Formats: sequence, C-alpha cells, structure tokens
Amino acid sequence: MDPRRRQIASIRAGLAIATGLAALVLPLAANAYVTDVATLILIYVMLGLGLNIVVGYAGLLDLGYAAFFAIGAYSSAILTVHHHMSYWLTIPVAACLTTVSGAIIGAPTLRMRSDYLAIVTLGFGEIVRITATNLSFSGGPDGVWGIPRPSIGPVTLSGSAALYYLGLAFAAAVLMLAHNAARSRLGRAWRAVREDEIAARAAGINTVSAKLKAYMLGALLGGVAGSFFAVKLTAIDPTSFTFVQSVNILMVVILGGMGSLPGVVLGAVVIVGLPEVLRAFQTVRMLAFGVGLILLMLLRPQGLWPSRMGTLGRHAAAPASGRPEPTSQAAASG
Amino acid sequence: MDVALQQLVNGLTVGAFYALIALGYTMVYGIIRLINFAQGDLYSVGAFIGLSMLSLLAGLHLRNPLVLTALGLVVSMGATGLLGVLIYRVAYRPLLRSPLSILISAIGASLTLEYSLLLIYSPSFLVYPSLFDTGGPALGDLVVSWMQVTIFLVSLALMLALYVLVHRTKLGLAMRALAINQDAARLMGIDVSRVIAATFFVGSALAAFGGVMTGLYYGQISFLMGFLAGLKAFTAAVLGGIGNIPGAMLGGFIVGIVESLATGYISGRWKDVVTFGILILILVVRPRGLLGERVVERM
Repeated sequence: MDPRRRQIASIRAGLAIATGLAALVLPLAANAYVTDVATLILIYVMLGLGLNIVVGYAGLLDLGYAAFFAIGAYSSAILTVHHHMSYWLTIPVAACLTTVSGAIIGAPTLRMRSDYLAIVTLGFGEIVRITATNLSFSGGPDGVWGIPRPSIGPVTLSGSAALYYLGLAFAAAVLMLAHNAARSRLGRAWRAVREDEIAARAAGINTVSAKLKAYMLGALLGGVAGSFFAVKLTAIDPTSFTFVQSVNILMVVILGGMGSLPGVVLGAVVIVGLPEVLRAFQTVRMLAFGVGLILLMLLRPQGLWPSRMGTLGRHAAAPASGRPEPTSQAAASG
Repeated sequence: MDVALQQLVNGLTVGAFYALIALGYTMVYGIIRLINFAQGDLYSVGAFIGLSMLSLLAGLHLRNPLVLTALGLVVSMGATGLLGVLIYRVAYRPLLRSPLSILISAIGASLTLEYSLLLIYSPSFLVYPSLFDTGGPALGDLVVSWMQVTIFLVSLALMLALYVLVHRTKLGLAMRALAINQDAARLMGIDVSRVIAATFFVGSALAAFGGVMTGLYYGQISFLMGFLAGLKAFTAAVLGGIGNIPGAMLGGFIVGIVESLATGYISGRWKDVVTFGILILILVVRPRGLLGERVVERM
C-alpha cells in the first residue's frame, strides 16, 4: 500500500469511528424529535444497504424494493398483534418470508434482460401493495395498528432513545453483514457479473445463482428493516409501501454512490434529513428529487461518495472489463 | 354474455388509450433500447395542455365542439411532442451509452413531469369540459356511446398512419435502420440524433392524443394519471413484443379488454393485480411477446 492510499484509508477509518461515536451519543445530546428522525435514518440505512447489494453490487435495477419492506413490516405487525408472538421471534419469520418471496420473484426473472427486470419488480411492488390494501387479514387500507413495543425480560423498549439504540444495533449488524458480503467470494462474483456478465460466465461464475443470492440477501435485509419499522411506528398501512417509497430507497443508494457503504449512510442522511430540514418545501420535494436524479446522472453518475473498488483489500479483483473505472479518478482526487 | 360484451366494448376504449401510449414506448425502445419511464407522464401532460387549450378557447367564445376538440388536440400533440424531444435532448442524449444511468434519468424525468403538473395545476382531480353528449347507436342492451366509437376509430386511423410513416416514408426507413444498427445507419448518412428526436416527437404526440381523449371520455384528469396508465401501456408493449408497432396496438387492446373483464367478473380492486400478474407471467414465459422477435441480453 503506498503512503497516499494509507493516508486515505486512515482518514476513512477516522471518519467511520467519528460517525459511529456520534451515532452512539446522539440520543444523550438530542431531543426526542431529533432522535426519531435519526431512527428513521437508520431504517433507511438498512433499506439502502439491502438494496445496495441488489443494485450496487450485482447491478440489477429493482424498482419494487418496498415490497420486501412491506412483507417484513406486515409479518411482524400481524404476528405480534393478531397472534401475540414476541417481537423477537417475528424477526426470523419476517426474514424467512422476505427471502422466500425474493427467491420466488427472482428465480424466474433473473435470466431476463435487466430493463425487463426493473419492470417486473415494479409490477411486483404494486401487486404486494394492492394486495395488502385489499385483503382483510392485513387490515385493508387501514393497515395494522397497536403493534406492541418490544421488551427484553421485564424492560419494555418504549422511549425514543431505547428504540434508537435498537435500530442502531440492527443497522450496525446489517452494515457488518453487507461489508463482509462485499469482500467475500460471492461479493467478487457480484461485481464481476455487474461489470461484464459474459466475462463473468467465462470465468466460471454461475451468474444466475450469484444474482439470485444477491436478490435474496437484499430481500432479507429489506424484511428486517420492515420488521423494525413496524415496532418503531406501532402502526403501519399500505401507503408506506408505494412506488415512491421504492424510489426513495433507490435514491439513497444512487445518491450516495452505488456499491458504496459509506455512500449509503450519507444517502440515507440526505434523503431523510433534507425533507425534515426543508419542511416548508414539502410540495417541491418530489420535483426536486426528479430534477436531482437527472442532474446526478448527467453530472456525477458515480454518486456523492462512490465506492473504490481498488481499495477493497487484498481480495480485490481487477475490473472485469477493459474500460477505465469511472470511480478511480474520484478516489485519486479524494 | 351481456356483461362480457359490455366489458369488451369498454375494454376496446381503454385499450385504445393504452395502445396509443404503448406505441411511444415501443418505438423508443426499438430504437435506443430505453424504457422511457416518462412516456406515461407525457400522456398526462397532453391531457393537461389539452385542458388549458379548451379552457382558453372557451374563453374566446368558441362553441363548436368539433373545432374545439380539433384545436385542443393539435396544440396538445404539438406541444407534448416538443416536450418529448426536449426530454430526450436534456436527459437522455448524453447518457445513450450507459444503460443504467439513462434508465434512472428516465425515472427522474417521470417524477419531474408528474410533480411539475402538481405544482402548475393542482394536486387533486381536474374536471374536463363535457363537449359531447353521451348518446350512441342503439344496440339492444349494449351501451355504446358515439364517443367510444370515435375514440376507437380515430385511434385505429392514427395507428395506421403511424404504420405508413414507419414502413412507407424515408423517415420511417431511417428509424428502422437505426433499430437494426445505429453505427451502420450513421455511416449511411442518417442523422441519428434527429431521427431519434423525431421518434420521441411522434411517440409523445400519440400519447398526448390519448391524454386529451381520456380527459374527454372520463371527464376528469389528475397529475398521476400517467403513472398507472404508463405502466399498463408498457405491459401492452411487452405483451405485443417490444419494438414491434402492430404488437403494441394488439397488446394495448388485449390489456384493455383483460382489465375490463377483470373489473366485470372479479372486482375493480383487483384489476391492477391481474394486469401486473399477466405482465410478470409473459416476461417469464414468453419475454419476446406475442409478435416480437427474440431480444437477447446486451448490457
């Protein structure tokens, strides 16, 4: 490692530690409102990390990611409210259900063109939302309410700060998982598939299996985020899981820089934080999103904090294609 | 049986709208391999421009409904067509070589159009003037309005005109050449960017026609009307075989009829689920569509 890269690496490590510390002490310094906003940011961090595996690592555009968020949230909500299950037990159930639905929708579709995949996932997202609105066991348009707070032994986690720490623990676990997945053999396979599918296949990667695993892992993380979302809000309804929600999550990933973990955290802070700061401009928010997406693609398609594939460690594979990496310039100048 | 026939008539009307939007999808996709997410929103824009035009003309004490409609249609189609070209120039042309970026840019364009309409016009439904009475030919129990007949026939005529444009004119020849091989087309002296722009113009203008007719038919429009309609039109384009113009028309009518039958026999609340279910099924079972050629993955 040359000194310059070492220096960048230590700056990054320092930033990560500083962010982590700030996240740990935040509820002590902030009021309940700020803590609640921060908890929402954590939910979007989880969602962004999950979608990042699908879009950022494997290069599959998913426009219906809110469906997994919904399935996770509804699983926990229905099981705790109607079947009086402990919240902790509903998490694995939610994770299993979303992973299975990811496999069901992914298995037949992942062989098709990537832009067709975008439309299939969009259709799937709408089907899940409309079904939740129409069926009575999911509460119809009113959704499910009165979701109990989780408790550890005799202690009920009910305050803003307690739930924030629970969310922080979840987000940290998801971050670790995403980080390790990116460095694993599978993670390298994903990047190879993203860069050049034919070359990846020639190198012996089972591309459909790699894509399916990305899709299932992404779905699982979305389900866990949904499960936490349900207990945090204590009431959920279908309007939280619209196409706009899927676009919001996609924005978190794209804004930060596809494939980049710090980028996802930054993206979540911007996507959740900016509308809170600009409450007065609520109506122009979506318009700004639209214009922002176009501008971002035109001016900085690699995102605010792009991933730097070259520094992913000793396992890092050379880019599969011969093209120069658009992100390497940003890395050199940053 | 009566229900089936009645829903068939309604389905053909709605199907005409889907077919008109689907043509834009399929033409753009055929030429630059882009799912133009803004296509459905151009249909909304067409409806809103038509409404503004009709209100303006009514203010000028113009009363003849046919003249009003014709002027509204022409202005709306022209303006929406130019808007389509503008979107291509600004948001798509610089990104033609990066498939994922251009798709995201298209989503951005879609959101921009939707929320511009919200800010300029209204977040709620707007009422379209009712220019025509609701009478129709007497066909026993079957309720058919002259409006439905007109929409169906004029849409068919427009689609026929488009077919002639693509298959019998020089511009159409250039479009087809582009769809086969852009670089070779450029070498043959075709102004590629201009032909793509022309494609966007035609596709957007057809959607605008559908938008104005939708307003006149349903009597109300909203800034989000293009989202679902666009999605279903895309389903139609894929069903017929994306890139294939007769396929888009066929797909549009099939989607319209299926949706109407689902409304009549199951429930209006489930019709979208049926449509999207069919979309997913087709893409899985027969991704090239009913009339399309095999499209191989190339990204």
